[in-house]
Amino acid sequence: MNLIVAIKLVPDLVEELKINEEGNFLDLESLRLRVNEFDEHALEQAILLKERGAGRVIVIALDGEGVEDALFTAAAKGADQIIKLTGNTMPLVSNHTLARWLAPVIKSLQPGLVLTGVQAHNDLDGPLGPLLAEYLNLPYVGYVAKATMKDGEVEIRKEYPGGLAAEMEIDLPAVLGIQAAEQPPRYIAFSRIRQAMKTVQLEERQIPDPFIEEPIAIARLFQPEIGERAEIISGDVDEIAARLVDIFTDLDLL
Amino acid sequence: MAVNPVTQRPTFNEIFYTSLQKLPDGERVRACLQCGTCSGVCPFGYLMDYPPSKMIAALRAGMFDRVMKTDKVWMCVSCYACTNSCPAQIPLTAGLMTRTKEELLLAGNVPVELQDALENTQRYGNPMGESPRKRAAWARGIEPSVKIMSQINRPIDVLWFVGDYASFHPRVQLSSRALARIFNLLGVDFGILGHEENSDGDSQRLAGERGLFELLVDKNSKAFQKYQFNQIVTADPHAFNALKNEYPKLGVNYPVQHYTQYLSAKLDLLRPLLRHEIKARITYHDPCYLGRANGIYQPPRQLLQAIPGVELVEMPHSAVNSLCCGGGGGGMWLEGYQWEQAHARLSEWRVREAVAIGADILAVACTYEIPRFEDAVKMVQKASRLVIRDISELLLESIGE
Amino acid sequence: MKQEIFVLIEHLQGRVTDISYLMLAAARGITEKLDGNVVALLLGHNQRALANDLAADRILYFDHPDLAHFTPGAYQRVIGSLIEENKPRLALFGDTSIGVEVAGPLSARLNLPLVSYCKSLRVENNEIKFTSQICGGKLMAEGELPSPTALVTMIPGAYKAEQGRSVTPGVVVQASVPQLDKHPVRFLQYIEPETGDVDITKEALLISVGRGIQSKDNLEIIQELADALGGVVCASRPVVDQGWLPATRLVGKSGKRVKPKVYLALGISGATEHVEAITDSEVIIAVNTDPLAPIFNLAKYGATVDLLDLVPALTEAVKQATVKA
Repeated sequence: MNLIVAIKLVPDLVEELKINEEGNFLDLESLRLRVNEFDEHALEQAILLKERGAGRVIVIALDGEGVEDALFTAAAKGADQIIKLTGNTMPLVSNHTLARWLAPVIKSLQPGLVLTGVQAHNDLDGPLGPLLAEYLNLPYVGYVAKATMKDGEVEIRKEYPGGLAAEMEIDLPAVLGIQAAEQPPRYIAFSRIRQAMKTVQLEERQIPDPFIEEPIAIARLFQPEIGERAEIISGDVDEIAARLVDIFTDLDLL
Repeated sequence: MAVNPVTQRPTFNEIFYTSLQKLPDGERVRACLQCGTCSGVCPFGYLMDYPPSKMIAALRAGMFDRVMKTDKVWMCVSCYACTNSCPAQIPLTAGLMTRTKEELLLAGNVPVELQDALENTQRYGNPMGESPRKRAAWARGIEPSVKIMSQINRPIDVLWFVGDYASFHPRVQLSSRALARIFNLLGVDFGILGHEENSDGDSQRLAGERGLFELLVDKNSKAFQKYQFNQIVTADPHAFNALKNEYPKLGVNYPVQHYTQYLSAKLDLLRPLLRHEIKARITYHDPCYLGRANGIYQPPRQLLQAIPGVELVEMPHSAVNSLCCGGGGGGMWLEGYQWEQAHARLSEWRVREAVAIGADILAVACTYEIPRFEDAVKMVQKASRLVIRDISELLLESIGE
Repeated sequence: MKQEIFVLIEHLQGRVTDISYLMLAAARGITEKLDGNVVALLLGHNQRALANDLAADRILYFDHPDLAHFTPGAYQRVIGSLIEENKPRLALFGDTSIGVEVAGPLSARLNLPLVSYCKSLRVENNEIKFTSQICGGKLMAEGELPSPTALVTMIPGAYKAEQGRSVTPGVVVQASVPQLDKHPVRFLQYIEPETGDVDITKEALLISVGRGIQSKDNLEIIQELADALGGVVCASRPVVDQGWLPATRLVGKSGKRVKPKVYLALGISGATEHVEAITDSEVIIAVNTDPLAPIFNLAKYGATVDLLDLVPALTEAVKQATVKA
């Protein structure tokens, strides 16, 4: 069975995010990209399933700066096949567009199970997984923290807010949005990645359609007012204590 | 039909043992007397299933796979205590322990905290996951301004390799600023690489990430090649060790000094500036990678003694017998793991010694140590009076700036 | 014609979740400006009583054994056909493990625009504008929600749950459930969270201690302060590592993510792995001797004194204030 992992690049929040002159998109010049962290969990879960005998892992990603490193890292971790989507693309596209580009390629790979990260911090038009599932005409369940293959089914643990979880079973093929793999994504020694770069073949597939117009337009992108540094309460401990009591009172705690 | 002779593939044990013997002085491993000195002197030897001597015994017995199944090797802080006490002069730290960590890493047997530091180093060129673009941010506002090599178009005398913690850690940045101001006062013609500097990679190497180390050497080497300078100076003993001993093995050769060496050679210029008394009992902690690994004991002490009013006292463990702060060999990134295993912190042990001899100030010369010891001071009874200062900060205080 | 705003009511184990009330509040904010109705969609089985405090003009209640627990297929079927038939101006969903699994597929299936991470909605020149919080809270994106129908998934932050609660229930209409085909996703059972200790994720006042506490004995005075304030003691990693508090009280990446009204951080420097778990706190007050401690970047109020000096004085002051009250 083919376990397909779709990974996407997102802005790296370690860097200050700059906004373009028009004020409606990120400044692409200063942008640093990284793999969406939830997608790293999706990859780990796929490799864990492979190690338990579920099948082959195929990792697919849209072209972008650093994407080859990410794909070779996936190969070094245990992916059997890595695919890059190329064509008339941009560093960041909407998930509706990405899902429409990915769907026919994934379909051609005869997926048994498709895994994506449950969300990414820049999913302005919803996470990728549910959209991808719909374009593939497959069922989707997200917030998955555990997956076990059964005969023709996958049994999953789905998390709800506040610690509650549910067990569900899904007929295959299906799409999962992974919240957390059963173990943290593994570390792979850099020498292994270098080796993969020399030995593993990176496949390229053309994106099927030209750019698709987005239904949602951002009129304004801006930084929220950053909370200023704390108001430092001065004085001796009794004065500070008195001021804190006032604050607690204002907050209805006393 | 010819029959191929039956060939047995060598076991992991055999391959590993052979590779160990091919390292510099590696054949000495065969001379191990099984005296156990290494295990006794190791600060965490008491809780390792396989301390160095037992690792060698396991190798000889063809049972090294057992060593690979435990993760206690990660308690090794690469402090060179074992190497220094080995009567057979086996390269235990550089050879046996580091090679074992490399194999553990390849096998994926890595504590999560360490994994984060290594991933950050791959991605950002520093273990803490800070923006590489902000590497020179610590120097903002210093006058005359700290020169960044890519912004000046001329040769320079001293290239200051700042290092990770000195660049990014908010507390250690204060010591970097102190050193920059001392350089300015002495009229040193110096510059830094800024965003072009990457982690020196030494601790990552000692934590078993050889491939990552080579990548970092390559990146730093490319940055070095772009500029002209006479020598490198660093405040980070790990960077110093890498640049002095490890980079040359990969063909990257530059003269390098620790800042305490550089300044002690300029004491004639520096001494007249040290006008203000610091009336304090000061003790000095020898960092493993300045002391035991590189034999530099006197320059830091000379600098401290040049400060008027200072009474320099020694702790029971000093110079070659110095206690490790616990941060070496990846220990900096294994705090939680070490605590889980040992329920003890080497930095606290060190602070207790400083308190016991009645020191007012614990002076350090390693960029890992200020935060480690300041944290330890909070945990050790009766240590709240003890002040942790980098030597550069004490010098600047005496200068009165 | 009155425009309708649909709100999918989320509920788990017999309780309507907070995000549902927040969405009702957001929807009301719009219908007050535009001529419209808030229509709550409640799906369940023998759970009509959940409609009792929903601040909606109308509540459509769908009852079916297959709707007893959330499954994406049944929800998509019910809500999808409702949207197709009624063409509401907006349909609001929680940006949660329920809402996303309905809104996402329906957006693709019905070819409707979808905006997620939406924090607030407002009306400007008869148009409905969204403000979404993206990139981990570092950026806000604003834009218009296209006509005729747009789907929105919402996050908390701009509305209060009380605004979405009502003492006078709206009109509850029992709606007919479309044919629910066998769906490939089947609910098996709930797995309850492990219990035992207090749940610090649900406490309104947390008194959190870090390395600065120095020894286990000092926890006593912290507990006294917590008792006086009616709060719960929790800790950063070093304290739990020491075994001074159980792991259930650990706040941070490896512990719990908390969202109290007040987070009193005592002797906590503010390492990232701790800070990222407390950003949802309403007010953070930090006490740390180090004025450079990063916790002060996040805190609203701060004091740079030794917590061991401050805490007894504070406990005393709190006790006196409560006696007076």
